Amino acid sequence: MKRAFSILAVLTALLLIYSTYQALVVAPTERTMGDVQRIFYYHVPSAWTAFCLFFVNLIASLIYLARKNLKADALAVAAAEVGVVFCTIVLITGPIWARPVWGIWWTWDLRLTLTLVLWLIYVSYLVLRRFSDSSQTPKLAAVLAVFGALDVPLVYFSIWFFRTQHPQPVIGGGGSLDPRMLHAFLINLFAFSCFGAMVCWWRYRLELLHREVEEMESLESLRGVTQ
Amino acid sequence: MNAIKFLWAAYIATWLIHGLYIGSVARRYSRLRQRMKELRK
Amino acid sequence: MSSLRSITLATLTKDIRLEWRSRDAINSMLFFSLLVVVIFSFSFDPNAEESREIAGGLIWVAFLFAAVVALNQTWARELRNQVLDAYRASPAPANALFVAKALGNFILVTLLEAVMAPLFMIFYNLRALGPAWQLIPVAILGTWALVVNGTFFAAMSLRTRSREIMLPLLLFPISIPAVQSMVEATRIILAGDGSARFWIVLLLTYDVVFTTACLALFETILQAE
Repeated sequence: MKRAFSILAVLTALLLIYSTYQALVVAPTERTMGDVQRIFYYHVPSAWTAFCLFFVNLIASLIYLARKNLKADALAVAAAEVGVVFCTIVLITGPIWARPVWGIWWTWDLRLTLTLVLWLIYVSYLVLRRFSDSSQTPKLAAVLAVFGALDVPLVYFSIWFFRTQHPQPVIGGGGSLDPRMLHAFLINLFAFSCFGAMVCWWRYRLELLHREVEEMESLESLRGVTQ
Repeated sequence: MNAIKFLWAAYIATWLIHGLYIGSVARRYSRLRQRMKELRK
Repeated sequence: MSSLRSITLATLTKDIRLEWRSRDAINSMLFFSLLVVVIFSFSFDPNAEESREIAGGLIWVAFLFAAVVALNQTWARELRNQVLDAYRASPAPANALFVAKALGNFILVTLLEAVMAPLFMIFYNLRALGPAWQLIPVAILGTWALVVNGTFFAAMSLRTRSREIMLPLLLFPISIPAVQSMVEATRIILAGDGSARFWIVLLLTYDVVFTTACLALFETILQAE
């Protein structure tokens, strides 16, 4: 298992180097926005990865609620945490891209706003996990994940309608893509997905290890008490 | 061009954040492995 | 189910009776609501035109803060007297307790809004340029949206550190579509600027979705507590 993980980690790193090369060098410069547009190759794949990870968290939470499977809960934590990391990057690269191109730091762009709300929901998820009693945390967190998932379509519609009433600039490559750009984009999409999966897997194993150590420590203290 | 600074800022910020996170995961992992070895003795 | 209804009613009337007998909690909340309106009036002091634009947002932010103060005490009495343990052991359906608490909060928050809304209208010289009657479904649906999730998250927060901050922390992100709907609907009605129908429908959808979710999952978190 460890050997496989190390190999995949190296492969993922190489893939990321290649995809970054594609993004920075191979892809042609965009006509209207210039080289700053290359942020797109990081911004959108990160968003995609974050949303996938949040989806994994939802499924893992549902499995936990249905089967009380603790491994599912461990996966839920891992997916949520790594998802928040990718989400943070989306929220940082978005404004960095918007500022030179459209002159504003923020806009109520659909994807960006949805990302912000998801970030808020999942940060609150992580805070709940940190602040609650360890015995019942999985159940409470899983319920919150379900609420978050129910919220997402409602958020989407409210932002969508708001934007039809108050037109806002659109961040993030509308319009047709040059085939070389599409190529670079897809490679980055694939690279970041693999990267997200790897980090999530690692975090999952960390969580399992953490729980194992906790269990052993409590057994240890019990042994100390009975002696 | 000034805009290029933003490009680099975005890419560097991305890897800085990823680096910090992965670093913290790695650190916790090795610390737990150490603890595990102690407990197993 | 008549047992559901009778338990809900019994719990609700008990709560109202207890609150009424010692009116301290309600009085301090009312005063808090008044303070919020006054502070907002000092902070945002525009002329009549601008005030109609931002009044929607202001009113609902003020209501939100007042609601959080009310919601935080939802389970305080139950916690002090180990009522929740008794409830878990009894065959009574958990939903009855939840509905009673949610309705109690709804009444309380509506009371606070009834105090704050006229004050807002006075301080900001508000007049509805659109169909004013539409403000009533907005207020009812919007308040229920905050209260139903707020009561649920208050129960979830019981087993957490920093209980009082946990409630708004969980409630605010999830409430974003509801708050946006309330604010936009209010803005549209006050400014007479189009139809608020979409937002009212969205609020209704939000209420249906989350009332169902809360009723379905309350038993789960009651057991967790």
